[in-house]
Amino acid sequence: MSDAAVTSGRDLRDTALPDGELHARLSRTWGTGKGLIARLSTVDHKIIGRRYLITAFVFLLLGGALAAAMRIQLARPGNQVLGPDAYNQLFTMHGTTMMFLFAVPVMEAVGVYLVPLMVGTRNIAFPRLNAFSYWTYLFGGIFIWTAFALKVGPDVGWFAYVPLSGPQYGVGKRPDVWAQMITFTEVSALAVAVEIIVTTFKQRAPGMTLDRIPLFVWAMLVTSFAIVFSMPAIVIASTTLILDRLIGTHFYNAAEGGDSLLYQHLFWFFGHPEVYIIFLPATGMVSMIVATFARRPAFGYIPLVLSLIAIGFLSFGLWVHHMFATGLPQLGMSFFTANSMLIAIPNGVQIFCWIATLWGGRPVFRTPLLFVLGFFFIFVIGGLSGIMLASVPIDLQVHDTYFVVAHFHYVLIGGAVFPLLGAVYYWFPKLTGRMMSEAMGRWNFWLAFVGFNLAFFPMHILGLQGMPRRVYTYGPEMGWANLNLLATVGAVILALSFLLFVWNVFSSVRGGAIAGDNPWDAGTLEWATASPPPPQNFDRIPLVTSREPLWAERGAMPVVGGLTVDDRQVLVTTVTDARAELRESSPEPSIWPFLASVALTVLFVGSIFTPWAVVWGAVPVGVALLGWFWPKGDVEDEG
Amino acid sequence: MRAALILLAALALAACQREERSYRSDPAATESDEKVALVPLFPGPSTPTSSISGKGKEFEANAYHLSQGKTLYTWFNCVGCHANGGGGSGPPLMDDVWVYGGSIENIVHTIREGRPNGMPSFRGKIPDEQIWQIAAYVRSMSGNVPKDAAPGRNDTMHPHPAENRTPTFPPVPGGNTPQ
Amino acid sequence: MTGRPHARAALAVLAFAAILGGCQGWQSALDPQGPQARELAWLFWMFLAVLTAIFVAVMIALALALIPRGPPRDDPLAVDPRSERRKNFVVAGLAVATGVTVLVLTGFSYVSQRNLFRVEEEAVIVRVTGHQWWWEVRYEEPDASRTFTTANEIHVPVGKPVKVKLNSADVIHSFWLPNLMGKMDLIPGQENDIRFVAERPGLYRGQCAEFCGLQHARMGLLVVAEEEGAFNRWRDAQIAPAETPTEPERITGQQAFLSRPCVMCHTVRGTGAGGKVAPDLTHIGSRRHLAASTLPMSRGNLAAWIVDPHGIKPGVNMPTIKLDPDDINAIAAYLEGLK
Repeated sequence: MSDAAVTSGRDLRDTALPDGELHARLSRTWGTGKGLIARLSTVDHKIIGRRYLITAFVFLLLGGALAAAMRIQLARPGNQVLGPDAYNQLFTMHGTTMMFLFAVPVMEAVGVYLVPLMVGTRNIAFPRLNAFSYWTYLFGGIFIWTAFALKVGPDVGWFAYVPLSGPQYGVGKRPDVWAQMITFTEVSALAVAVEIIVTTFKQRAPGMTLDRIPLFVWAMLVTSFAIVFSMPAIVIASTTLILDRLIGTHFYNAAEGGDSLLYQHLFWFFGHPEVYIIFLPATGMVSMIVATFARRPAFGYIPLVLSLIAIGFLSFGLWVHHMFATGLPQLGMSFFTANSMLIAIPNGVQIFCWIATLWGGRPVFRTPLLFVLGFFFIFVIGGLSGIMLASVPIDLQVHDTYFVVAHFHYVLIGGAVFPLLGAVYYWFPKLTGRMMSEAMGRWNFWLAFVGFNLAFFPMHILGLQGMPRRVYTYGPEMGWANLNLLATVGAVILALSFLLFVWNVFSSVRGGAIAGDNPWDAGTLEWATASPPPPQNFDRIPLVTSREPLWAERGAMPVVGGLTVDDRQVLVTTVTDARAELRESSPEPSIWPFLASVALTVLFVGSIFTPWAVVWGAVPVGVALLGWFWPKGDVEDEG
Repeated sequence: MRAALILLAALALAACQREERSYRSDPAATESDEKVALVPLFPGPSTPTSSISGKGKEFEANAYHLSQGKTLYTWFNCVGCHANGGGGSGPPLMDDVWVYGGSIENIVHTIREGRPNGMPSFRGKIPDEQIWQIAAYVRSMSGNVPKDAAPGRNDTMHPHPAENRTPTFPPVPGGNTPQ
Repeated sequence: MTGRPHARAALAVLAFAAILGGCQGWQSALDPQGPQARELAWLFWMFLAVLTAIFVAVMIALALALIPRGPPRDDPLAVDPRSERRKNFVVAGLAVATGVTVLVLTGFSYVSQRNLFRVEEEAVIVRVTGHQWWWEVRYEEPDASRTFTTANEIHVPVGKPVKVKLNSADVIHSFWLPNLMGKMDLIPGQENDIRFVAERPGLYRGQCAEFCGLQHARMGLLVVAEEEGAFNRWRDAQIAPAETPTEPERITGQQAFLSRPCVMCHTVRGTGAGGKVAPDLTHIGSRRHLAASTLPMSRGNLAAWIVDPHGIKPGVNMPTIKLDPDDINAIAAYLEGLK
């Protein structure tokens, strides 16, 4: 950073310019142009993050509509609204949409948007890969929903157990569509995970040592590692499933030495960390919101970080608790019982730390905090019922019943969607520059809270009363009618709360109160820039001196200088101490990631019809990648 | 753009035909009368009258029917004589030689009415729709149905390439007449 | 806001208890009818009590934490180091307490698991094979002439240990009798087993718990627990071949049955019907339900089922067959008489 400032030519540095001019020039350098091509080419993490968010919420609404249809079918015994074929497609699409097209992408979306802002850099690492990951995710989602509209919706459940999803019993292309959609989301999730890891490790603002990283960024980092280590398992599971189905391999054919349980092991080796991939970012959001509204730093930063890491590790040792009824050896199952219970310790530590943060202060009860309090109530129930499921004997009764349905909705809606809604209320001003309506927010919260508990609490009891999950109907003699009706009423209220949320978003985007840079008086770096942030995020890169720089440095943030102004340059810092290391150019916008994603989509979709699509489809993918990486002799290519 | 739309429409159409599932057949409307020649040889100057209901296409292009046919092929012990298509005491079904015609209508006739030298008549024993399903599946054994609708491999020992991977052997016209 | 979570928690617990109080069902984990199910229910209630206590404690702590205390925080960074140290101890203590609690719960779970899977000399061995969407039930005896097959209904002698061997003919199913025992999967290419004892005579319903395709919802089964004498009489009756009908209508019915597609799939021992892919009908009239616990057994329901199986259970493998109304009634009469 000691380079002498050069005032003209390519090497114009930010130290040489006054604030106003610097802002304008950086905005020009980092901005996204107008027109369709420019929009498709953008590599701005904020634009891509926003697209990710909106797309994920659209899928949430679609998945929610399916859930509403299912609840209507189950409201009365022997209902005829949906037949078994439609119902099976609906619950499969609901689960698949919520897990793969909403929950994971939405958390990634928040990460893509916020992590670069929170660590004080100008763009995410590998921004073109980021664009590519969004397009791939979008096309995967469109693919499976188009198939659903064409009556090719998968009907084998969101975990598609073989042999039901295998070549003999999974008739038509339905399971292929499911398995290939997984491939799309695998690709995009892995890409985002790599970007977030590298951004967190190498692009932090100078001075942001490991123990000054905001907790949300820590959560995203652990999540990203969990993605990197768990996704390969589902890559193998979905690919071998497709191979079995389309070219007649025998991975899961017991008669030829295959094993259908192998699929379950692979799936859940991914599937259980998946739950934490969804949940950990939410805990990061909770940590941020709690600290801001308790108006103090989060209590127990180190224990919270260690808990995140511990959960990340332990989440890989739990998968067999999804398979307690498959006849595995007893002692082996006990190991997984112990491990599943063990994860209650770091989760407990997190909860205790949050309560300790709130304790003894004057919490500010705004909508984000309300959602976090709702999270406490619901998630603790879900976590505790999870302890029941960790026990082999109890699981033998409640496994695959509505008790489990209740449990994972408590964990996922309570543990992830409530914090997420809180996070939307919390960071909405940063995204749009306007506040969301507080009055509507309170209605939103209470409707969601009451509706959720009405809808899902009765399911615990239904499960104990013998109602298996994934049944499209039940007889009046089973005695499940009243609780099911209650659950449907709750689902309607929950649906209303989401409509209110959507309305609040739409009306606030246009008419919300102007927010200003830091409406909540929060302490982390994302609030140090304008709302919404300019394309370059920060005019001058902040110098971080504490965990909550905005609280520590009231008024004037120290900054570092020396980055060039007329091309895209980010500051690379060391992994542990975040000492400035070098200036690195960040890629320019490019249409190639979009084209590569289109080519990949053709390959993926074609390959479920003919294996030759893999061969011929590889050509356009190769061309697109060549275009993407072709050296252009500009500053970006310099080593 | 237009090309993409047309492609999409074509895909949609194919998807509907392939994925349609009609579980409840209409028992009163079964046993369509198919008039179809067994062999390309016939006496006299005029060809025999043939009338085909077109039902065959519907069954051959539909994944559900093919899959049901495959199940029924095992359940009704077709395997007993024809093995997994390679033939035993009955003729093979995965080649291009068809003594009594290789169209789906011919095969439906063969199952329904029986043939000399051992093929029993299943009229009244197998509901007509299931006969069509089995016939469609038999066509898939020699690769004569759309590959994207044909069944995949069985969850059993591996007797032959999966129907969706099997090479196509079109029935040879006249190749099956006694020489 | 203050205190609300607490009140909510108490309400929730009360509501839970109230609803559970009224839980008696023929397919309910909360109405145990055998030692295995009681072990499971005991463990469940024990866990529920401990975990409810934890939940209430956490909610109380949360409610207390929300009480505004101290001066307004103008400087968020001004935290009192003394209270931070206190909190450190409390959080560390709670973490240790959490560890101890889960350790103890794991211990209880493990002991329970051992009790549950303790192997006792079984009095009856039943082999259950899962099919899409019904249960094939085979009673195995060393004396081959005393083995027999039935479907969807398992009779067991009261107080005697029963071993159920489980496997599948097609996809994965799960055998679940909530009143008697937990569940166990039926997996192709693998044999699992499950043991239970029914302590009281009665009817216990079970259901497939692993999603197995279109009609997963209608794959029920019934366990009939009866005194040993009654069980032995039932078994002897099941071993015997079907009676030859004597009434004219049933004779017509038998002839119609044997000359129709029925025989391609169904077996009636003692007649020419020998199909192996659908439920054995030798003594169907003695069963309480039809179509895997979908309909109660009656002549009317038999006829309705034969006329339009897909209207009742869409997608079932039983085809719709062209039959005269007279034949339908006669076949229904014949089957109903197969006691």
